Amino acid sequence: SEAKAGRADLIFLIRFRHGCLLRNQRCILAYLYDRLLRIRALRWEYGSVLPSTVQFHMSAEEVEWFNRYKKSLATYMRSVGGEEGLDLTQDMKPPKSLYIEVRCLRDYGEFEIDDGTTILLKKNSQHFLPRWKCEQLIRQGVLEHILS
Amino acid sequence: PCCLQRAFFQAWLNEKFAPELLESKPEIIECVVEQLDHMEANLKRAKRGDLKVSVHRMEIERIRYVLSSYLRCRLVKIEKFFPHVLEKEKSRAEGEPSILSPEEFAFAKEYMANTETYLKNVALKHMPPNLQKVSLLKSVPKPNLDSFVFLRVLERQENILVEPEMDEQREYTIDLEEGSQHLIRYKTIAPLVASGAVQLI
Repeated sequence: SEAKAGRADLIFLIRFRHGCLLRNQRCILAYLYDRLLRIRALRWEYGSVLPSTVQFHMSAEEVEWFNRYKKSLATYMRSVGGEEGLDLTQDMKPPKSLYIEVRCLRDYGEFEIDDGTTILLKKNSQHFLPRWKCEQLIRQGVLEHILS
Repeated sequence: PCCLQRAFFQAWLNEKFAPELLESKPEIIECVVEQLDHMEANLKRAKRGDLKVSVHRMEIERIRYVLSSYLRCRLVKIEKFFPHVLEKEKSRAEGEPSILSPEEFAFAKEYMANTETYLKNVALKHMPPNLQKVSLLKSVPKPNLDSFVFLRVLERQENILVEPEMDEQREYTIDLEEGSQHLIRYKTIAPLVASGAVQLI
């Protein structure tokens, strides 16, 4: 609107101001987008439910973005890989062995494995369990993989 | 089954090392998933304590890891280059193969809409009127097709045109012998990856 004033000596000032505005816009968008990328990483690290300390730092719109992202991801994962879908957040590392030694870091309670037996996960207890069953709990910090 | 495994591993490695999203391979995925289901069903019927159970279970784990890794790799690229991926798909010619499966296409569209809405509601609508639109196609970085990749030649190729990197060089042609390995700019050999003539390593 200032350009409509038509005064030649103001052109440079207008261009400079517009350049500043564009730069500010770019910085704002870069900051917001970077936050979104970190929130996206949280879904892959922590799972669908974010710890409350993290949620406390998110704005309402970011929480909404996260919810829509995880729904979109869930729809995609369900569509691939047979009837139940394939959870892509599992199997993050190539499997080295079938069973692994784990130590329980905190009280979790009862845990059932494939052949029906239940294991009681108490703090500091050690178990030899099937790898694919433990992956989720290891990521949540309930179990710790012991590498000897 | 063994050709399927070879094609599947080839697709996995290519996708891992290529800087851009490659063609989607729905037939391979479908066959692999079917094979996994088949193996799981077999395992359920097997006797407990049978030694073969462990070996088969390990095989299932390995295949499932490769499948997850392949699909994850694709998702990461889709999210990273989302405006370009959608633009490429939109401007695709009739007979050309698609780089996105229908499910991936839906995911990409949702991701774009989600991000656009977020940026609009949080920042853009508060900005002066002439700054309220931003072209994501221009702002989001494109895949770097000039990045160097390692490859092994599967089928002999002749007269591949290599463009100069710097102004002093001129373009030259090279022949790729079967079984040889090279380090070359991705852009030069991109069509060969798509046709299966070379394998990225």
